[in-house]
Amino acid sequence: MIDREEVRHVARLARLQLSDAEVDRMAVELAGVLEHIATIEQLDLDDVAPTSHVVAVENALRADEPQPSLPRERALASAPQVADDGFAVPSPQA
Amino acid sequence: MSEIIALSAAQAADAVQRGELDAGELFEAYRARAAADQLNAFVWVAEGVPAAVEGPLGGVPLAVKDLFCTEGVPSQSGSRILEDYRPPYTATVVERLAAAGAPLLGKTNQDEFAMGSSTENSAFGAVLNPWDRRRVPGGSSGGSAAAVAARSAPWALGTDTGGSIRQPAALCGIVGLKPTYGAVSRYGMIAFASSLDQAGPLTRDVTDAALLYSRMVGPRDPRDSTSLQFPGAIERPTRSDLAGVRIGVPGELTGEGIEPGVLAAFEQTLEVARTLGASVERCALPHAPHALAAYYVLAPAEASSNLARFDGVRYGYRAAGASDLTEMYTRTRHDGFGAEVKRRIMLGTYALSSGYYDAFYGRAQRVRTKIAEDFAAAFERFDFIATPTAPGVAFELGAKTADPLAMYLNDFCTVPMSLAGIPAISIPCGLAEPPGGGRELPVGFQLAGPAFSENALLGASFALEQALAFDGSAPHEA
Repeated sequence: MIDREEVRHVARLARLQLSDAEVDRMAVELAGVLEHIATIEQLDLDDVAPTSHVVAVENALRADEPQPSLPRERALASAPQVADDGFAVPSPQA
Repeated sequence: MSEIIALSAAQAADAVQRGELDAGELFEAYRARAAADQLNAFVWVAEGVPAAVEGPLGGVPLAVKDLFCTEGVPSQSGSRILEDYRPPYTATVVERLAAAGAPLLGKTNQDEFAMGSSTENSAFGAVLNPWDRRRVPGGSSGGSAAAVAARSAPWALGTDTGGSIRQPAALCGIVGLKPTYGAVSRYGMIAFASSLDQAGPLTRDVTDAALLYSRMVGPRDPRDSTSLQFPGAIERPTRSDLAGVRIGVPGELTGEGIEPGVLAAFEQTLEVARTLGASVERCALPHAPHALAAYYVLAPAEASSNLARFDGVRYGYRAAGASDLTEMYTRTRHDGFGAEVKRRIMLGTYALSSGYYDAFYGRAQRVRTKIAEDFAAAFERFDFIATPTAPGVAFELGAKTADPLAMYLNDFCTVPMSLAGIPAISIPCGLAEPPGGGRELPVGFQLAGPAFSENALLGASFALEQALAFDGSAPHEA
């Protein structure tokens, strides 16, 4: 149902590095879970509407008024790396 | 000291309000027990006694699951990727409870990002069950449940996505309530599956659950667009009988796969309900057996999206030495997430990926509709649905870690209610021997009702609790 190549593809989509051993294990474990999930294929669901949210809420909009936001230094306080009052990330050009 | 610990949270709150008990002394009694905790239930404990706050919760200290953001206090969701993360703000529900007089006692251990049914998936080590330390406390709110059962916390907050309050409550012999979806603000909860996650109380008894929950609901939180104003107030339960109450027992969730000892305790509890005046009849939830399959598409799909934010940029762990941004992301996530979280991210990403979306996510959403319709039909004939909370008693550490599906099956009886967004409570209903024999362990009885039926649920549970007279005396050494 899911082979190693597909596991690698999904891991790339998820921005998740997996070792070769993890890919092997993931292929086996996901296949087991997907086999169980496949039981819903037996159900006749053609005329059923999908549910994305159980509570009937129409658009929940607030008034579009400016509110104070987190001060910059507090937003940056937990950052692994800060540069020029912003979040710094590795860059090949740096 | 031991006299203070013996009081339920509601009794302690009453004693403080009558001036018979000092709130600082109460806090310190529990703080000392939490600090000496041997079950690995706590990942952080308050260092001193906080300033007294007048309020209906009487200064009774509150243990809070790690995944609730608490300003300046570690909030790690059991994950290495958030190790020692201290958020700049506090979750609405924690803020409301503190303002009502329940100060923060400590943060409790949990399965990483609430993904698990045993609390073995925590980056900070497994939690032990106070009834038998070779066994798990359930999960994912296992730290909260173990702390309350071991009386190192008078009460605790947990979260429930597919059973994460109810199942550990059952396995630890305490009360756990999963509210109606939307009744409690999710603002400041580190998200797992947003359409399912709900905060709820874990307590020694039903009265404590009602008291804590009464201050969790309230006006709609403008910071959570899915939160709702609870209609009316949560009352202290007083019901002493179940006259006229109609209880439906779904065959789909009370047969195959349930341990005999659990089933026996469940049947005895139904007999007690009959004695109290309830009618008990079989009912049908035809799609309930498919709930787990739908859940393990929907919850991982939402998780894969929610957990995209953990990228090593703004907070938390970052892998060192990456030469570009993509490498930094992929290595940070490889090192920072545990095995189960990776599995769910992969499952969710797969289910949402091109070519599989309709077959998995679309179909699972339709199954969700059928499950909600089954409950709606059942509630035309019944006031409540009753099932065992978990299919078995607490299992041994390591017993299910090698087989993800075996672990997922713990949520067989709790996931349907989560998908339907309806409230459900687990109360301890007796003891049963584990399948291999040995010391008897607690069994949970689950009662579910229609959306916003919490007062009725708590009332019926209270009547049952009084009649059952469950002696919740887990070995109390912390």
